[in-house]
Amino acid sequence: MTAVPLLEITNLTVEFTTRRGIVKAVKQVDISVAKGETVGIVGESGSGKSVTSFAVMRILDRAGRVAEGSISFSGFDLTNAPEFAVRDLRGREMSMIFQNPRAALNPIRKVGRQIEDVLRQHARTGSGDARTRAIEALANVRINRPEDRYDAYPFELSGGMCQRVVIALALACRPELLIADEPTTGLDVTTQKAVMDLIVDLTRERGMSTVLITHDLGLAAAYCDKVVVMEKGEVVETAAARDIFARPSHAYTRKLMRATPRPGIALRDLLPEGAPVAAIKQPAASDAALLSVKGLVKEYPRVHTRSLISRYLRKGNETASAPFRAVDGISFDIRRGESVGLVGESGCGKSTTSMMVMRLLDPTSGSIIFNGQEIGELPARTFAGNSLRSKIQMVFQDPTESLNPRFTAVRAISDPILRLDKPMAADALRARCEDLARVVGLPPDLLDRFPHQLSGGQKARVGIARAIALNPDLVILDEPTAALDVSVQAVVLNLLADLKATLGMSYLFVSHDLHVVGLLCDRVIVMQNGQIVEEGITKQVLEAPTADYTRALISAIPHPPV
Amino acid sequence: MMKLLLDRLLTTIPALIGVVVASFLLTRVLPGDTAAYFAGPAATPQAIEQLRQQLGLDRPLPEQFGHYVVDLAKGDLGKSLTTGQPVLSDIKARLPASAELTLFGLILALLIAVPLGIAAAVRQGTVVDHACRAIATAGVSLPVFFTGLLLIYVFYYILQWSPAPLGRLDVFTSAPRGVTGFYLIDSLIAGDGETFRASFSQILLPGITLAIFSLAPIARITRASMLSALSSDFIRTARAAGLGARTIIVTYAFRNAMLPVITTLGMVFSFLLGANVLVEKVFAWPGIGSYAVEALIASDFAPVQGFVLTMAILYIVLNLLIDLTYRVIDPRMRNAS
Repeated sequence: MTAVPLLEITNLTVEFTTRRGIVKAVKQVDISVAKGETVGIVGESGSGKSVTSFAVMRILDRAGRVAEGSISFSGFDLTNAPEFAVRDLRGREMSMIFQNPRAALNPIRKVGRQIEDVLRQHARTGSGDARTRAIEALANVRINRPEDRYDAYPFELSGGMCQRVVIALALACRPELLIADEPTTGLDVTTQKAVMDLIVDLTRERGMSTVLITHDLGLAAAYCDKVVVMEKGEVVETAAARDIFARPSHAYTRKLMRATPRPGIALRDLLPEGAPVAAIKQPAASDAALLSVKGLVKEYPRVHTRSLISRYLRKGNETASAPFRAVDGISFDIRRGESVGLVGESGCGKSTTSMMVMRLLDPTSGSIIFNGQEIGELPARTFAGNSLRSKIQMVFQDPTESLNPRFTAVRAISDPILRLDKPMAADALRARCEDLARVVGLPPDLLDRFPHQLSGGQKARVGIARAIALNPDLVILDEPTAALDVSVQAVVLNLLADLKATLGMSYLFVSHDLHVVGLLCDRVIVMQNGQIVEEGITKQVLEAPTADYTRALISAIPHPPV
Repeated sequence: MMKLLLDRLLTTIPALIGVVVASFLLTRVLPGDTAAYFAGPAATPQAIEQLRQQLGLDRPLPEQFGHYVVDLAKGDLGKSLTTGQPVLSDIKARLPASAELTLFGLILALLIAVPLGIAAAVRQGTVVDHACRAIATAGVSLPVFFTGLLLIYVFYYILQWSPAPLGRLDVFTSAPRGVTGFYLIDSLIAGDGETFRASFSQILLPGITLAIFSLAPIARITRASMLSALSSDFIRTARAAGLGARTIIVTYAFRNAMLPVITTLGMVFSFLLGANVLVEKVFAWPGIGSYAVEALIASDFAPVQGFVLTMAILYIVLNLLIDLTYRVIDPRMRNAS
């Protein structure tokens, strides 16, 4: 380690001018990154971790400004340097990669050209060998057939591939510092592992320094030398990665650590120390199957690339290409009072399956028997008018997007009651919604607020209250905590477990996160390519997986060293 | 690509049939008696009746429609009673005049509005932004006949910089040999600088009048779509990669912001082509809009039907061009079925 750090952030305060006055997003932050070091900045949403990195790159948006403090890079003062000087550093000496890699690339420019733009900007290349250098950059991030990929557009590449391109773009000019802002959020665990390993390999190889910004403590612990924990714009703890997990000194770090799902713990362990908790009652799961799915298949026709005329002309000898099977003949049961996890990576068919069970999508073939009644044949289009609708409800992935922005919380919760239940007087309805709010732990005085006036956790509670408003037998939870911070996720998962115990519902829990599923579910089903590759008691599947795919999934999850 | 063109043309056939039927019916439903109008105020009822028979207007509607469709299939749009010429040759003569004027005005508007919109988006909330809004609002608030008359008053009557606003060429110049029908282009092809100058000085004032009117939608849509492009993630990536301001604004933001601008452009063009009757009247421009309005007032069916059909075809061709441009700009459109 050299004496002079590569990046030195001293006493940094960043302010944003908003309609409600000046907001300090980052307060007196000190962070230093030595040459060759990997530093993790960990925190939940609103902790100021991204704003700090934008301030370093000097790409804060119009409303934000550095109010005090200084940022120096190799002894060069970034805070007061003129824009052209900083622009010259960006991409050449310090680079940044972002979350949502597909959106981070220009959608209508070939990826090779985008890398060339950076190379040209920093005069690393003449026009003659720009293409060669860009292909080289693609090859460096281990993209197969880089010559062909040069001509690809972002929409033609997978999310993981796009992130590789973004990394290639960031590293094309061999910078000394790489800032990775949630580089793997939204990617599958196996892709996440591949991308993180790539970043680590490349930065080690080149002796680069890395700042990894993440909400995932496990990820930070697995890949960083030093971890900086931020809360509400302030640094609460800085320590070596090994020490911070062994001896977290700040209460917030301890809370974060506890809330991170990991193997060998129970649901209650996620909650902060000293939280008043009762043991989760284990309802007796009866043997009778509530839901029985048999040979479920969903096919989609391949996209027709042939034109209208040629289709018309060749109407007779239609050479039908085999349709795509999103769900390929799966069968499983859910017993009354049981919760079953449905796990797999994106594109494995888990969402399609849940949509069919939910009766939002018609299956191609197979049967769905709910409470002894075949519901697979009831058309999805008219199922909303069926009395069974109230017995199968759903909690959606994004608590914000799944609430009508013009409905207050009480209106959202009462929606299924108004549509499916007997008409009732306004005050009775209000009382019922207040009861429901109490059950899900939502303070009743928040009921008259609109979604944008509620926090993420509160919105999640509204979504859950809406789902249980009609006392359903089966609730389908589609990644209900994926958009939430870990501490909020901990509370919501516990709430779901308690609700199931008191109300005697069954859950179908759809998720990509095996640890989360492990905490909430009795049994787990692992899907790959539309088929079930493994099914069994959660504990057994997690501790002694039989399928290779399950093993790959489990080993790809980054573990904190505890 | 050819396949796509054919496909798209095939799908427009039902629309064209609809236009033919609707334009035929609408002209018959309109009040006004063609025979009475053309027989003149002094005509006897017998003379009117005779004229009616001559024109075939005494026949039942389905029969008249049949004749119309058969003629149409032969490429015969009928004869204008007002000009005495076949409608097809009238339109051939007048469409280029309108098209040249509209294109000229639109290109002028583009040259001003697009940079203005980009500047307003890049310097959001500054003087440039406010100026853009003021210019756009003023342009769209002033009626074209007013702007036209004002320009004539200032540049022809007071300053005498401009020739008399009497059509496409002054009386001393003869039209260049028709290749495109656009005098500016034809005179250049013929290498005739004199005619080019003459027609340019004629088209300038009506062109500016149209440009002032069409500035507003183009500038506003450019500003709006630039703003949304500039706030997207890939612009942040480009900035973080240290790309220059010019590359970011032009290559990254503007190319992505172009699609809505092109859509608006197509709409403005097809709207102006048929609807700038007032400008044509003020500048005595022998365009297609004033032709159609005159025919409509005289209950002269054939030119009106011909006009509506021409506009429909133009509209279809224009939309096809816009779709093709989309595909050139946005690779995502190319694979979309």
